[in-house]
Amino acid sequence: MPDIKSFTMNFGPQHPSAHGVLRLILELEGEVIKRADPHIGLLHRGTEKLAESKPYNQSIGYMDRLDYVSMMSNEHAYVLSIEKLLDINVPIRAKYIRVMFDEITRILNHLLWLGAHALDIGAMSVFLYAFREREDLMDCYEAVSGTRMHATYYRPGGVIKDLPLSMPKYEESKWKSKKEINKLNEAREGSLLDFIEDFCSRFPKCVDEYEALLTDNRIWKQRTVDIGIVSKERAFQLGFTGPMLRGSGVAWDLRKKQPYEIYSELDFDIPIGSNGDCYDRYLVRIEEMRQSNKIIKQCIKWLKENEGEIISDNNKITAPTRDSVKEDMESHIYHFKLFTEGYCLPEGEVYCAVEHPKGEFGITLISDGSNKPYRLKIRAPGFPHLAALNEMVRGHMISDVVAIIGTQDIVFGEIDR
Amino acid sequence: MSKSKPSNESYLKENKILRDLFKKYLDIYEYYFENNSTVVFNQDSLIEIMTTLQNNSQINFEILIDIIAIDYSDYGISEWNTSSANNKGYSRGIKKNSSGRYTYESSKTNTNQPKKRFATIYNLLSISSNCRINIKFYCDDDDNPSLASVTSIWSSADWYEREAYDLLGIVFIGHPDLRRLLTDYGFIGHPLRKDFPLIGNVEVNYDLNKERVVYQPVTIKPRVLIPKVIRNSDDGDNEDA
Repeated sequence: MPDIKSFTMNFGPQHPSAHGVLRLILELEGEVIKRADPHIGLLHRGTEKLAESKPYNQSIGYMDRLDYVSMMSNEHAYVLSIEKLLDINVPIRAKYIRVMFDEITRILNHLLWLGAHALDIGAMSVFLYAFREREDLMDCYEAVSGTRMHATYYRPGGVIKDLPLSMPKYEESKWKSKKEINKLNEAREGSLLDFIEDFCSRFPKCVDEYEALLTDNRIWKQRTVDIGIVSKERAFQLGFTGPMLRGSGVAWDLRKKQPYEIYSELDFDIPIGSNGDCYDRYLVRIEEMRQSNKIIKQCIKWLKENEGEIISDNNKITAPTRDSVKEDMESHIYHFKLFTEGYCLPEGEVYCAVEHPKGEFGITLISDGSNKPYRLKIRAPGFPHLAALNEMVRGHMISDVVAIIGTQDIVFGEIDR
Repeated sequence: MSKSKPSNESYLKENKILRDLFKKYLDIYEYYFENNSTVVFNQDSLIEIMTTLQNNSQINFEILIDIIAIDYSDYGISEWNTSSANNKGYSRGIKKNSSGRYTYESSKTNTNQPKKRFATIYNLLSISSNCRINIKFYCDDDDNPSLASVTSIWSSADWYEREAYDLLGIVFIGHPDLRRLLTDYGFIGHPLRKDFPLIGNVEVNYDLNKERVVYQPVTIKPRVLIPKVIRNSDDGDNEDA
C-alpha cells in the first residue's frame, strides 16, 4: 500500500469560479478536503478609512462599490444610518421608491448569483437566461440614475430624482432592423413604472424557465443536495444571515422582523429551507425572486396612485433645487455650505441594518459631531459566510468547493471593503 | 430636524426582559450606558458577560453580528474653529497633523485624547426575542490594547477579531489563529488607526531591472479637500424644515 500524504493546493486568486479574487489554500487528502484557509483582502480598498476623510454625502458612491451586484441596498443602509442620527423625516413616496429599487436590486443580485452558481457547476444556459432579465433591470437603474451599476441614487432624506416619465429606447443600427427595434421598444413606450410593471408580468414566467432548467435536473441535484449542510445551531454560531440562515430553516428576515421603511405595509412571505444544504438555499433564493416581484408590483400600484415629494425639504441636509439656487439667497447659501462643507451629524452611535440580498448589511456609524463620520463600520453579510467556508467544505470533494462558494453568494467588493 | 438631541432606540429600556436580566445576572459587574443604546463594561468581565448573554434562561443572543473596533485618539478634534470668531480671519482649515493628512514622516499621535484610546463594540442579535444589544469595552492599555477573545462563545468572532487586529492592532487573547486578514502579506502598521496616513506608507511598482514588484515609500501627497468641522446644531439660526 502506498502511503498517501495530504498535500496543499493553491486555488485562486485568478480562478474563474473564485468569484473575483478569493485565494484558497486547500489541504487535501486525495480529493477530500481536510482544511480550507481563505486568504482575502486582495480587493481591499480601505472604504472605511476613506469615508472618515470625506463629508457624509461623498461616501454614498463608495457604498455602491461594496457589493457591486446589489448596489442600491448598500446605499440604503448607509443613508438610513445618517437619517437615524439626524432624526429627519423621509417623504413616504421616497420610501416606496427605495423599497421598490431594493427589491429590483434583490432580483438583480439573485439573477447574477443564479447564473454564476449554475455556470460554476456546469450549466451554461442558465447564465444566458439570467442575463437577459438583468438587462431590463439595469435599464431601470439607468433610467432613474443615469448609470447602470453604481447608481448613487439614494440620499439622506430621500432619493435624488423622481421616477422618469419615459424610458431610454433602443436605436436602429446595421445589426437591428426597424421592425426588430420596434418590438424591443414596445415595453419602453410608457414611463419607467409602466416598464417595470411589464417586467413584473413577464418575470414569473422567466423564473419558471430557470426552474425548468435546474430544479428537477438530475445533475443539478447531484451537485447540490446534501452539499455544505449547515444546521440551525451552527448557522447561529457562524453568524449567518439572509438566505444562508433561512436555508437552514430559520424564518428570520429583517423586512418582517424589524421592518424599516414601509415593509410592514406590504404583503410577502419569507421562504425557508429545511435541510440547510446548497439545494435548499437555491430554492429559497428562487422563491425570494418571486416574492420580490410581488413586492415590486405593490410598490408600483402605490406609486402610480400617489404623487408627492421624493426628498426632504430640509435644505441643510438636502440640496435645494437648481432654480431656487439662482433666485433665492437662502438657497444659494445652503447650496454653497452643503457642497463645500457638508452637514454635521449630532454626536452619537447608530447601527442600521437592511435585509440585503445576501443577508444583513449593516452600517455602524459613530459621529463625533463633525461633518465626516468618525468611524464607519460596514457589516458585510458575505464576511461571516466566507469565514465559515472552512467548516462547510471540510470532508467534501474538491469539486464541491466551487458549489459551496457559489451557494454563499460571495462578492469580494463587500468582503474586502 | 428636531432641536433636542436625537436619542437612539434603547432596547434596554424598552425591553423588560433585558432590563431584568441586567439587574439579575449582571448586577455584579459595573456598567453604564453610552449613547443610550450601548452598554459599557469593564474589560475584565468580558468573557463572563458574553457567556451570560449568549446562553441564559431568559434571553439568548445567538448571533454575533459584528465587532467594531474604534480608535478614539482623534475624537472631537476639528480642523476649523467654528464656535467663535478670532482676529486671524478665515483659515484654510488645514492642519498638517490632523486625521487624513499625515505624511510618511510626520505621523504623530494626538496626545490630549480625553479617555482611553481603543474600544470595541460587540453588536449582538437575539433571534428568539428579536432584539439587539451593543456591548462596549474600552481597552485599558493604550499602547498594547488587548481584550479576551470570544471565539469560544461565537465561532463567527474568528474573522471579526482578526480584522480588528489587522486594522487597529487590538490583540485578542485566546484567539486560535490571530493573523492579519485584509491587508497585504507582510504589511506593517494598522490602517484604521487615526495616526496611520490616509495615503499609506508604501506603494508598489514593477522594477524593470529586478524584474519583480518592489515596495517603496509613497510618492503621492496627502490630499483632503474638505476640512473636518464640528458644528453644534443649536448654533446660529435654527429654522427647521
